[in-house]
Amino acid sequence: MSDLLANKEAATSAVVDWMTKKAGTKTKFYFNDFSKIFPDDKPREIKKVVNKLVEEGVLEYWSSGSTTMYGLKGSGIQHSSEGEE
Amino acid sequence: MAKHETPLLDQLESGPWPSFVSDLKAQAEKRAKNVEGVEFQIPQDCVADLLGVLELSYKHGRTHWKHGGIVGVFGYGGGVIGRYCDQPKLFPGVEHFHTMRVNQPAGKYYTTDYLRSLTKLWDLRGSGVTNMHGATGDIILLGTTTPQLEEVFWTLTHDMGQDLGGSGSNLRTPADCLGQSRCEYACYDTNALVYFLTNNYQDELHRPAFPYKFKFKLDGCPNCCVASIARSDMSFIGTWRDDIRINQDAVNKYVENDPKYPANAGAFRGSRNWGKFDLEKEVLGLCPTKCMKFENKKLSIDNANCTRCMHCINVMPRALKIGKDTGLSILVGAKAPILDGAQMGSLLVPFVEVNPDNDYAAITEVIENVWDWWMEEGKNRERLGELIMRQGFQKLLEVTGIEAKPQHVSYPRTNPYIFWKEDEVTGGWERDVDEYRKHHLR
Repeated sequence: MSDLLANKEAATSAVVDWMTKKAGTKTKFYFNDFSKIFPDDKPREIKKVVNKLVEEGVLEYWSSGSTTMYGLKGSGIQHSSEGEE
Repeated sequence: MAKHETPLLDQLESGPWPSFVSDLKAQAEKRAKNVEGVEFQIPQDCVADLLGVLELSYKHGRTHWKHGGIVGVFGYGGGVIGRYCDQPKLFPGVEHFHTMRVNQPAGKYYTTDYLRSLTKLWDLRGSGVTNMHGATGDIILLGTTTPQLEEVFWTLTHDMGQDLGGSGSNLRTPADCLGQSRCEYACYDTNALVYFLTNNYQDELHRPAFPYKFKFKLDGCPNCCVASIARSDMSFIGTWRDDIRINQDAVNKYVENDPKYPANAGAFRGSRNWGKFDLEKEVLGLCPTKCMKFENKKLSIDNANCTRCMHCINVMPRALKIGKDTGLSILVGAKAPILDGAQMGSLLVPFVEVNPDNDYAAITEVIENVWDWWMEEGKNRERLGELIMRQGFQKLLEVTGIEAKPQHVSYPRTNPYIFWKEDEVTGGWERDVDEYRKHHLR
């Protein structure tokens, strides 16, 4: 595991910064996009950290039913955009 | 009186087949009358509105559903699929109408008590409309609202010992046939293996990190009742590597048309008069490799040339049985998408033992090697079969550490080029030029 991924705080801020920068054009990202943030790490290692971020409410899943994407919690389409409370 | 007029849907009831429209109408009426006094947690008229929006879609020739969203239960990245109607003012009952996928039990064995609990829960917190089962095998619960998702999940997990299934870029709910629990053809215990895989790969089932969907399907024998060879990224098909067991007395009973020995176990009896059983025409002549013969009242099989098509065993189940040295074959890369064409699985492991005592180590090793490769190399929304096509079957053999075998060759003599790697050639690419010149002057 790279030093960046091993350091929880640094990894979180790298993910948040990268997604925030892209927020103008995109709010949902494929899992493979995380390999751009952590190019030296194996997907299984990245998965552990990314799913922890979902659990902590930093990220959230978006699913079409067939494909799942990740986004910063609260950005892009939300329940309210679909008329839900 | 129905809430919406549905003349186009009504036509779907006119055919000779059972109609989902009739079922939905019955459910809409049941909810409207509510004889049982259910305290519905989502709109009572949701099924009536479901019929209305479907009628409108037929009228317009386009859908009025949106799918996808951030809906789900805490900690899970699958099992719930957001559905929203784009005509909420016309059909408020289905404005939010999410689907839940529930992991079906191995072999789809249920108790009536379980089914009553499930339908009671879904009548209370959902539309009451189910699909038993979806294409992947899950119990599909159709139509509920976001606040009900956690409530349904709590009851499923705490009161019913039941989990959600897979959706999105997850491992999908593994599906199997009845296997050895009821079928004499089964070469391994499919129910035990599917249970093990479901538990062992919980993280892959619920926390999405694959490039796209990934399906396991398990068939106990090459009859492939689950059609795993066509529908799963990784297909586990029971097989044997010794000889088909032959009961010569029983073979002769079939030949003599003994009524206690009906062909195909009597499966086609009564549909029409098929005439007398003809071993030559119905078995030997249909053997794909012509590896059987019947001489002097004795059936013999050249087992080395048998491809386990199961035809002879299916036709004469009292005379022929699968071998005793059983295991399974692993095939990879099948898919059945709506777009871009279907693809059958390719044989990766011709035979592997099925050993629960070591946690199916030989099988999980193959699975995890394949996943590591696909997770690193797979493009977004690329199925395993497409990656195999893109990078080649040879690459798959490399990453799984499996040596090429004759069984891997589906069409021989189609490619005249063999690209050797340096470590496969004696002496590698380096050569001693002086030594060469001793024998070749120029």
